[in-house]
Amino acid sequence: MKTNLGIRPKSLWLTFGNNRCVYVLAMLFFLFFSKNLDAQEGIVEKIEDSILHINLDEVVLISSRKALGHQKQTKPLSSLDEYLESAQKVNMVKRGAYAWEPTLNNMFSERLSVTIDGMRIFGACTDKMDPITSYVDVSNLSKAHVVSGQQGAEHGTTIGGAMDLELHKSNFANTGLKGSLESGFETNNELRIVGAALDYSSDKFYVDGDIIYRKAENYFDGKGNEVGFSQYGKYNFSANGGYKVNDGNKLTATLIFDEARDVGYSALPMDVSLARALITSVGFEQDKLGTFSDWKSKLYFNKVTHVMDDSKRPDVPIRMDMPGWSDTYGFLSQLKKITDKHNFLLKWDGFYNKSLAEMTMYPNNPNESPMFMLTWPDVRTLNTGFYAQDQIDFKGSSLKLSTRIAIQNNKVADELGLNSLRIFYSDLEQSQNHFLKSVSAQYHKHLEPFHINLGISYGDRAPSVSEGYGFFLFNSFDNYDYIGNPGLKNEKSFEGNAKISLQRAKFKTSLEGNIFHISDYIIGEVDPMLSAMTIGAEGVKVYSGLKYADLVNVSWDMEYSILPELKWSGTVSYHRGTDNDHRNLPFISPVAYRSGLTYKKETFSGTMTMKGAGKQTNFNGAFGEDQTQAYTVFSLTFGKTFYLSNDWVYAKVGLENIFDEYYSTYTDWNNIPRMGQNFFLSLSYSIN
Amino acid sequence: MKTIKLVIAAIIFSIGFSSCTKDDDSPIVEENPLADYKMVSSLKANAHTIEVYSEQEQYTIGYNELFIRIKDDASDSYISNAEISWTPLMHMSQMKHSCPKSAIVEDGDESVYKGFVIFQMPGNDDEYWDLTLDYTIDGVAYSVTQLLDVKAPADNKRRVTVFTGSDDVRYVLAMMPLTPEVAINDFSAMLFKMENMMTFSLTENYEVALDPRMPSMGNHSSPNNVNLVYDAESKMYMGKLSLTMTGYWKINMKLLNESNEVIKGEDVTDENTESSLFFELEF
Repeated sequence: MKTNLGIRPKSLWLTFGNNRCVYVLAMLFFLFFSKNLDAQEGIVEKIEDSILHINLDEVVLISSRKALGHQKQTKPLSSLDEYLESAQKVNMVKRGAYAWEPTLNNMFSERLSVTIDGMRIFGACTDKMDPITSYVDVSNLSKAHVVSGQQGAEHGTTIGGAMDLELHKSNFANTGLKGSLESGFETNNELRIVGAALDYSSDKFYVDGDIIYRKAENYFDGKGNEVGFSQYGKYNFSANGGYKVNDGNKLTATLIFDEARDVGYSALPMDVSLARALITSVGFEQDKLGTFSDWKSKLYFNKVTHVMDDSKRPDVPIRMDMPGWSDTYGFLSQLKKITDKHNFLLKWDGFYNKSLAEMTMYPNNPNESPMFMLTWPDVRTLNTGFYAQDQIDFKGSSLKLSTRIAIQNNKVADELGLNSLRIFYSDLEQSQNHFLKSVSAQYHKHLEPFHINLGISYGDRAPSVSEGYGFFLFNSFDNYDYIGNPGLKNEKSFEGNAKISLQRAKFKTSLEGNIFHISDYIIGEVDPMLSAMTIGAEGVKVYSGLKYADLVNVSWDMEYSILPELKWSGTVSYHRGTDNDHRNLPFISPVAYRSGLTYKKETFSGTMTMKGAGKQTNFNGAFGEDQTQAYTVFSLTFGKTFYLSNDWVYAKVGLENIFDEYYSTYTDWNNIPRMGQNFFLSLSYSIN
Repeated sequence: MKTIKLVIAAIIFSIGFSSCTKDDDSPIVEENPLADYKMVSSLKANAHTIEVYSEQEQYTIGYNELFIRIKDDASDSYISNAEISWTPLMHMSQMKHSCPKSAIVEDGDESVYKGFVIFQMPGNDDEYWDLTLDYTIDGVAYSVTQLLDVKAPADNKRRVTVFTGSDDVRYVLAMMPLTPEVAINDFSAMLFKMENMMTFSLTENYEVALDPRMPSMGNHSSPNNVNLVYDAESKMYMGKLSLTMTGYWKINMKLLNESNEVIKGEDVTDENTESSLFFELEF
């Protein structure tokens, strides 16, 4: 069923409600009439690990609560999705205005390891409407580490790479009591953001708390049409604490509660009435253990509840409810050993996940029984693995070796679910084991003036819950129902990467590329014998392993300091994905580019950015793709810091998509248009 | 909550288990072998009480498995070694007819006799079923006739169908009782040819093609159904019915004879959403 975007023309983008006008005026008043003093500012969107050139990870700084943290951001209170999108290898799949799904090296969630402080969490939605990045907010985080390929195996098995979201912690910084208030507003979708944070930190004890609330209405695209069902509302609360038992021993604890309600998904036939996560952990850290150091252990539990419904859709062929639940229990324990030449990291981790999702359809005839099925048949995943890494330092070069060995057991716990799957796979075993392995070698050589990085690796992954056990999961992108395949082999990836970079006082450039040769590549293939369950679907696809698929990503980065205050940066990237029959893989980026000027002087900062993509020439109609047209969008931001005695106020205004370009990218589900012109304003008040 | 339920279930289970073990030690006295069934009629005649038990709550159109016991009123004991035959008869305004039925045989317990009757239609104010039982005990023949109240099933779903085939023969096709599950279900049916008003003969070696559909959900089908083929041992047509979800299913069928000619039923297509030969299920 194709989605109706519910388009109605907007009037002027600045004509919002009266109360909101007052809100904006008050903020502007605040901005222009505060007394200002000087301060230094830095605008850094992402940094590379410059201490050890061997690590090719991108670190997206979020640190909204660190003093001056805000200035570094082009848009401090933007969603985590927008932050992640700024990382070069990351793209976000957009099904609405909320809960975008991150992709890395053009690979989706099931090929990535996404963790929060090393904790595994799994979304509870069978249609990937709740990537785990949607269950934290920028107010919780300090950084996002984005690592490509097998170098991301530290937190779990992966093919495409890893994203670890690092939580903000005061870490016994002895800074006493600090607080901040945040507010933000965006005109296009009347997004209102309010947040507050309070941290107390001494050298013995710390506790950090924050709360944030976001509420948005439908947004308008570049043609001025309202994009129906793109509203959302969410709040997030988090608390982190630590206690030093004695000099070398610490106890830590984390609690995050995140709840979104009334979230529209313009590109999908259903919305979400509730998406809720409870994320908890307790940890123990010890500085020394024999000849080892930095012994860190953690026990964690998280619970995700996700309720899809279509009660707000005016016209559906049949009403349905699709709730899902995902509970994960896990642990990790790691040690370091640092010698003159070696830098070892040993880690043992494990998790137990329960994924259950139902679908109930209500016939139009009220006397008829509801139709019920399990779309995820209570799949229990037990995974435990060892990870070891050594960084060996030679003179002028270094080598990083790492490996992960893991065992994974999948069990279908629900009888009805098991019988459902046995309709397709009569000899399906209730329990299955996967042996997973990863090895990687990464070499760095400093050949003045160049840095050269080379890496090769091998890794595999087990099928995801949907790929292995999904039951009639409707994909509105290609309009097919998907059936999992428990007989899938592990997907295996051979990967090579290379990077050459040059750094001068005013100029920096690097050329980077990676190639993935993935055998038994898991993808849905049409089974013409099967009859679609979803009304209007074209048929049924069953997950199967392609003989192999190849993915290539190449990017070229440049940065030039025109003036001490003015810096120019640019990136252009090329991506290609094909299978063994030379068919194009879906969701592969066309040539993409971005370029920006950043200016900072004293308390003032400004950025002008341009980003865009060429016309998509390699797409695959069989996967529901059509050609995405080229686009270029421009944005402007200005920031200013004001000091009020000891406290500071930071204000940022910006105009995104200045020319109201109507566009959608290759990752936009069913080509939903992106947001048109948008003016944003954010204000932070920090009490020191 | 789940854990609590599990614990309670475990306790109940273990109590049940231990009490079962105790029961095994003491001999069972006077237990009704048909305690699990519903007594659908009890009739006093010829100094006997004739009890009829069914798996169902009532005499229902479609397949009825029935159990009979005859009690000697004088000695208050159940009679073994009786020979029983039966004749169900529908009294319609214009005519009378019978229905497919089995012979009556002893069922495990010597005092329990078993057989089945397939009623094609319910009774109403003007038309009614009766059942004549002819039985012989120790060489003495008795007969009794009782009125039956045959009703449509509570959910009013079709489990038996009477039709004239393309060969101009009248057939009765009855679905065997089924507790449907979201799974591949064992599915079976019995097929009778109507020789005359009173005689129905088992029809062998035909085939029933299955195409289950959900009319409320785009009329989608289900995979891996197995057509019903004749099994000489059980004298039934047996196959597999796959149901991918709960709800209302229309089991469209096509009846084929030994030479694979269509006797009744049509293919389900986008234009033709149902076959004229079908059963129904709802769960």
